Amino acid sequence: MNQLLAALDWLLDPARYSGPGGIPMRLAEHLGYTALGVVLAAVVAIPLGLLVGHTGRGRGLAVAASGAARALPTLGLVTLFALLVGIGLLAPTLAFVILAIPSLLAGAYSACEAVDPRTVDAARAQGMTEMQVLTRVELPLGMPLVITGIRAATLQVISTAMLAAYVGNGGLGRFIFLGLKTQDYPQMLAGSLLVIALALVLDGALLLVQALTRPRGAVPAG
Amino acid sequence: MIRFESVQKRYPGGTVAVEDFSCTIPSHTATVLVGSSGSGKTTLLRMINRMVDPSAGRVLIDDQDVATTDKVALRRSIGYVMQASGLLPHRTVQDNVATVPMLTGTPKREARAAALDLLETVGLDRGLATRYPSQLSGGQQQRVGVARALASDPNILLMDEPFGAVDPIVRGELQTELLRLQSELGKTIVFVTHDIDEAFLIGDQVVILRPGGEVAQAGTAEEILAAPADDFVERFIGADRGRRALRLEERDGTRIVVDGTGRAAGVLQAAEGDPAVPDGPAKDRA
Repeated sequence: MNQLLAALDWLLDPARYSGPGGIPMRLAEHLGYTALGVVLAAVVAIPLGLLVGHTGRGRGLAVAASGAARALPTLGLVTLFALLVGIGLLAPTLAFVILAIPSLLAGAYSACEAVDPRTVDAARAQGMTEMQVLTRVELPLGMPLVITGIRAATLQVISTAMLAAYVGNGGLGRFIFLGLKTQDYPQMLAGSLLVIALALVLDGALLLVQALTRPRGAVPAG
Repeated sequence: MIRFESVQKRYPGGTVAVEDFSCTIPSHTATVLVGSSGSGKTTLLRMINRMVDPSAGRVLIDDQDVATTDKVALRRSIGYVMQASGLLPHRTVQDNVATVPMLTGTPKREARAAALDLLETVGLDRGLATRYPSQLSGGQQQRVGVARALASDPNILLMDEPFGAVDPIVRGELQTELLRLQSELGKTIVFVTHDIDEAFLIGDQVVILRPGGEVAQAGTAEEILAAPADDFVERFIGADRGRRALRLEERDGTRIVVDGTGRAAGVLQAAEGDPAVPDGPAKDRA
């Protein structure tokens, strides 16, 4: 309990809210790493997942790859990449991308699969091209599931992004690793609380996006 | 005119949906393909707009092999109504009806205005335009499906058991509505059903199919009723159970038409401008 109060004390110290090592800066860095990881992963995984979901091809492979990627230990991955490409942002970013891909991939292919096949068949029979079926039928109807994937990926990356500090970067992980090294547990705890708060806020925001993108007129699908 | 030439559909794995089907569907008339499940009737219907490609043989529309046409353009030029209306759940009734015109580049405003008129054509209130399909009854959804199929003013209308999922009263209304529409529009309709009464009601030409897409008999309702080709057709149209053998009986001073089992089928009325009721064969569709 004392540790927790000390952590809150640490958080309330106004001196920590300015300068390059201050909380706002670290928060921004943390968010930046998360966004970088999720966006890069999304660019790869969402089109791929939609392709798998739309065509039904390669589904087994996608499921297996997602499962395997989920099982990878992230700390190990960060260390491995750091050894390969050196200290810097590249190694953790690569790890975050790999971490985010399975959820995004699963969200995207299940978005297509969740759409009533009769609706898709009818759209095709009216003369929609495959691309139009995807962008005007499957994607709008499956959007909540795509966002579910983004939410899951964001949550995983945001809680793992503190590992960036492990290989010489910023982010909220700095407080955690610094606290660990100097046995400053209140600081370590404060860092963790900040990560948790950030994760909750972001998840809430994405939940809102999910509600807003729910197709009108449709019976809830996901 | 739509012509099937020795069409076959064989799926990988060996299942044969259609063995060898040939048939000519005249323009501006309604042809009904009728058969039980496994007769390949839906497969045949879907060959016309290339939702299914035949394994062998050809389908020609006005002497052009559909295999040589662009799939997407072909589908846009043919109206298609399916059993589970197949409307887009996330678009309003109006936008659903305007789907094909908007795909082919008709300005949005124009396509939507035309959609409103089409709702009236199929007997729906314009006020439904801004509703979503889930807010409509099954019968209303089917009407929207018909309006959507008519939106690009196609020559050909494909209907795959369009009234199969609604209750009998609504089905009757929709059938009557379709006959009215057809008398005004004169489309080439290809209609698939497993209901022989519906086939006789809708079809100028009725094609009765055996499993595997084999034609058991093709002709008008009158021709088939008067001379069923074989036992299969007799069973299919119910002639073997006496359902089609109607005769007159007098009950309480009214002339009643009864079928072979003695069940009342209707009341005999004098034809217009014909004071004496002729003793010819009573028509089931009366």
